[in-house]
Amino acid sequence: MATEFSYPDAAAKAASFPKEFDPEKMSLSMGPSHPSTHGVLRIQFELDGEIVTKADPVVGYLHRGDEKIAENMTYNQFVPYTDRLDYLAPLANNMAYAIAVERLANLEVPPRCQAIRVITAELARISAHLMGLGAYGIDVGAWSVFMYAFEEREKLYKLFEELTGARFTTSYARIGGLPRDLPEGWTQRVDAFCEQFLPILDEILSLLSRNKIFLDRTVDVGVITRADAIAYGLTGPNLRGSGVATDLRKDRPYSGYEQYEFDVPVGAKGDCYDRYLCRGEEMKQSVRIIRQATAKLPGGEWYAKDARRIFAPPKDKILTSMEELINNFMIVTEGPQMPAGEVYFEAENPKGVLGFYIVSKGGGVPWRMKIRSPSFCNLSILPKLCVGNLVSDVVSILGSLDFVMGECDR
Amino acid sequence: MTTDVDLPTAVSQQFPSATSRASLDCPAFNIPAGEALALLRHLRDVRGYDFLMDVTAIDWSAAQSPRFTVVWHLYSSTGHTYVRVASDCASDTEPAMPTATGLWAAADWHERETYDMLGIHFTGHPDLRRILMWDGYPYFPLRKEFPLAGLPTELADPEIAAEVRAGVIAAPMAGGPFVAQPGEPMSAAEPRAKDEAWNEAKEKPQ
Repeated sequence: MATEFSYPDAAAKAASFPKEFDPEKMSLSMGPSHPSTHGVLRIQFELDGEIVTKADPVVGYLHRGDEKIAENMTYNQFVPYTDRLDYLAPLANNMAYAIAVERLANLEVPPRCQAIRVITAELARISAHLMGLGAYGIDVGAWSVFMYAFEEREKLYKLFEELTGARFTTSYARIGGLPRDLPEGWTQRVDAFCEQFLPILDEILSLLSRNKIFLDRTVDVGVITRADAIAYGLTGPNLRGSGVATDLRKDRPYSGYEQYEFDVPVGAKGDCYDRYLCRGEEMKQSVRIIRQATAKLPGGEWYAKDARRIFAPPKDKILTSMEELINNFMIVTEGPQMPAGEVYFEAENPKGVLGFYIVSKGGGVPWRMKIRSPSFCNLSILPKLCVGNLVSDVVSILGSLDFVMGECDR
Repeated sequence: MTTDVDLPTAVSQQFPSATSRASLDCPAFNIPAGEALALLRHLRDVRGYDFLMDVTAIDWSAAQSPRFTVVWHLYSSTGHTYVRVASDCASDTEPAMPTATGLWAAADWHERETYDMLGIHFTGHPDLRRILMWDGYPYFPLRKEFPLAGLPTELADPEIAAEVRAGVIAAPMAGGPFVAQPGEPMSAAEPRAKDEAWNEAKEKPQ
């Protein structure tokens, strides 16, 4: 039975309304389940007509306590959890995490492993940007971009599946190496993908770049100045869109990025359109890197051979040799053995800079692991960025920031 | 790897109370809480560390004093180097640290998160609310005494709680099927299910 409306109740509720709220304004809650918030972001708006006067992002709906989990398991066990940070580019997260722990162990992986990691990370970047582009298209009313982008993404997922056995949550990293070497003929198929991808990418971008509706929705909307971008700690295409040419692949090369030639695209104004252009160009640069990496893919080992207490020996050796069996048993039960100390490593992921701060007291389990997620930092500018815009422009701004809540909330 | 070579000597000249901190990568400094902001400002304005990449804290467990250490990571977009600044909180029960929101807008959310997860009170922060957990959540989940499985809690909104008659309960199997903790003897550190009192097969005792 429905309860009857009671005036005293309603009056009491109205009286308990937050005092700072201006009765002339309207309050609007967008999300956590809203198509343009790309996941479970919620923004609490205060509106004057259709103009945003206050925006308060409410994050944490997808908080799973990844940092707490990391403190309670061995380093290798945490690899699958990194898939679920930026779940649109798990391969890039896997690599960032593996390198962070390897820095802690002061372990250098062989060139082949580094090159494979670069290829997978750049493929992940293309796949993540395609997703961001497609979703952005839908946000501002261009449906077909999404369909084109997803067809290409599907091809990438076929490649991921062949390589890792999984389409989405790849877990293709081990501390000190990779779970397995490349399948035969895989690099040729990657090359073939790149070959056919570039003309299609141009076609996808041409659907938006000179599109009157798209230009109206993005040009001069959501301008982030250079100073703001730095002060709020933005990273990735959102930072470069504001004209700051900071890319860790160039500035602090890791995993052998210094061997590859590529350009870092930057924007001029820092509006939504610049951020879109940066992402489009980054995909082309990723193809450039992948082509160089597959062309001179080094042979040899794909895991660190001398790291006996960190990387488990290959399965055929475990099943036939006593010493390797013991070795494997120790790594599985106690975890890869790390020295005590602190490291902070950041990798240039599709969404921005993903950082791992690991505090170790030695042994197989970290004492503290902080994950610095790019989406969290990129979203922190929203209270400033949304104010003064129309509600419909907020949709455009959110799409241009290209965030993932799995990573933001951890 | 590139590092800022003369940074340690420059900092120790400017800040005699700053000591070098053990680190496996970038230069790192320990600084008393009172001078932390001055050092951060010096690093930003004089040494070109323009990005505040991360603010977090470490809980060294209740047995240790000082228990909490706040850690800042700065990055220089011109010199391409990192620096780590760490400062111990004076109080173990009511840890506090001055806020860096006046230096970087980025500090706002990072400090809110550190407060939310570890209960570090950033004095002077304009809006120190919980960010990942909900308002009114009674615990600080990243403190070492907080169990992985979580603790039973009331729902945030009493109206919803009355309607659904449910609350937050601790996860089965101590939070995960395989759990290991650092610094325990091997038999305990080995990943294993620590609590089988109730799981998917066995119903939860009432």
